[in-house]
Amino acid sequence: MSLLEITSIVKKFGGLTALNNVSLHIEEGEIVSLIGPNGAGKTTLFNILTGINEIMHGEIIFEGKAIQNKPPQDIVKLGISRTFQNIRLFQNMRVVENVLIGTHINTEYNFFDALFRTKKHRQQEILKAETAIRLLKAIGLEHRMHDYASDLSYGEQRKVEIARALATGCKLILLDEPAAGMNQQESANLLMFIRELRDNGYTVFLIEHDMNVIMNISDRIYVLDYGVMIAEGKPEEIANNPEVIKAYLGGVIEDAVS
Amino acid sequence: MKNTNQVIDNFFADISNSIRKNRIIFSVALLTVVAFIPALGLPSYILRIGVMIMIYAILALGLNIPTGYTGQVSIGHAGFFSIGAYTSAILVTQAGWSMLPAMVAAAAIAGIFGFLLGLPTLRVSGTYLSICTLGFAEIVRMAVLNWDTLTNGPMGIKNIPYPTVFGVEMTLRNYGAYYMILVMLVMTSVFVHLIINSKIGRAFRSIKEDELASMMMGVFTMKYKILSFVLSAIISGMAGAFYAHFMRYIDPNSFTFDTSILILSIVILGGMGTMRGMFLGAIILVSFPEALRFLEQYRFVFYGLVLVIMMRYRPQGLLGWRSKSPYEFPKGVDPDKIARGFNNSSSQNKMI
Ligand SMILES: Nc1ncnc2c1ncn2[C@@H]1O[C@H](COP(=O)(O)OP(=O)(O)OP(=O)(O)O)[C@@H](O)[C@H]1O
Ligand SMILES: [Mg+2]
Repeated sequence: MSLLEITSIVKKFGGLTALNNVSLHIEEGEIVSLIGPNGAGKTTLFNILTGINEIMHGEIIFEGKAIQNKPPQDIVKLGISRTFQNIRLFQNMRVVENVLIGTHINTEYNFFDALFRTKKHRQQEILKAETAIRLLKAIGLEHRMHDYASDLSYGEQRKVEIARALATGCKLILLDEPAAGMNQQESANLLMFIRELRDNGYTVFLIEHDMNVIMNISDRIYVLDYGVMIAEGKPEEIANNPEVIKAYLGGVIEDAVS
Repeated sequence: MKNTNQVIDNFFADISNSIRKNRIIFSVALLTVVAFIPALGLPSYILRIGVMIMIYAILALGLNIPTGYTGQVSIGHAGFFSIGAYTSAILVTQAGWSMLPAMVAAAAIAGIFGFLLGLPTLRVSGTYLSICTLGFAEIVRMAVLNWDTLTNGPMGIKNIPYPTVFGVEMTLRNYGAYYMILVMLVMTSVFVHLIINSKIGRAFRSIKEDELASMMMGVFTMKYKILSFVLSAIISGMAGAFYAHFMRYIDPNSFTFDTSILILSIVILGGMGTMRGMFLGAIILVSFPEALRFLEQYRFVFYGLVLVIMMRYRPQGLLGWRSKSPYEFPKGVDPDKIARGFNNSSSQNKMI
């Protein structure tokens, strides 16, 4: 059984069909990429997966459970978390607080525990703080944990978003153009980090425009073109798929692969 | 202006840094000073202003929860203030309750209305929500005005007994009222501090920062927005109960749009989402019109002006700077040790 199984979903915005009969599956422990030209519907697919947008038709099964059109909070709880194409950090909160918000759903104390500073409250706060620091350390941002999110560089902010998403305790992480705005070095580090994630049992589904990143890291690639899934396969297959090349990629891929 | 703001921020951030390190000592010292003010033998109208400042500081601490932390701007908090005042006044004068239970009931009933007012946040936000809060306060005022049998309508409720605690009257003359409101202010401050510095407060602030992102992290934003209104209403209702007994007379004109705007002005002037700002804001905005009595009838203009100028030049409020001190982790967490403890090898990998 696949970790995620999407079957013929349709999404329309008024007259515009953003996704037309899109199906895909993701196996546990895979790194799967989604590529396609601007406006292809990639982010829309993420929005549907995370409960921001509703679909009229189709089915999404995650770990055997139908999750289409569920509220976002239920979906995170089930183990899907994400980052955003346009960074959506809590800019006036500290970096570590941003990650702590990620731990919110697993922070198990209630209003009265907080009010009376019970043992449960203390233990949970310590535990979650440690989790947050470790995540930041893992992604190489431990030196920034005290800073306010808005003081970080673009690339660093993207990393905080990843740490925040991981803090939810997800199994599947959706990364929407994680390398955008990163320099060569940063994006190379990011590649390494994404592999580490996979090696630690996470499943990664990412949207990316940077062909270097895509071809290097993906186990499989899906290609979306104006709402239609036109190809699926291993990086080499995608690179040599004439339809993909025609639709979108031109000569870029061969350069990246060679 | 930006530079001026930075200079101010740096100056105060350093001070607040040292205060933060000695928070307990500082609080105790400040409290001692405030507690000794009545001993100076000041005229009672000065003490009265002191009491009013503390009432409004409580109201501002209350409004700060939805507006300052959670980002839900309310321009109708006079409604909760009024509900608290009338509930307590009615229970004591008509039902013969004693003051403390009446005050608890006032807070509870205001809290229920806070829940009701929080419900629209499910559907509307921003300006539309503010209009809802305005409408709410107006409905409360009209109800109070017209429900003669209960509220005595435009005549108001007279001869409300002084606040009493275990049979002792708390008046200005015996300083009881002063100390009672001081205790209430301290309790409110501690309460707000405990809630804000927890996952609940973090959830509030994340909603203000980016509601969608907050939702995507699994925060039940609706629940927290409503909670912010409920807590705020409880605090405002409690302040209202004290106010009714302290003034000994309330009528519908005690709780008008001006009152709502005054509370909001305090929050904005002091610095939304800070606690220190609520105290300073209340001191300035409550005592100013008293000091400059000739301004009295132009109070409204004055508040409006203050708001406009603040929004233009210092939108974060007088005391609304970002702390420069490190984030305060819970006791028992050594961030540097944890950060150092894992190098770039397999031991670290387990931590992701
Ligand atoms: N909420 C919305 N309402 C109306 N139209 C929308 C909405 N969200 C997306 N669209 C439209 O759906 C189409 C797909 O958009 P989407 O953001 O999914 O593209 P994308 O593949 O992520 O593109 P990019 O590479 O530029 O990020 C676009 O034409 C976009 O304008
Ligand atoms: Mg996109």
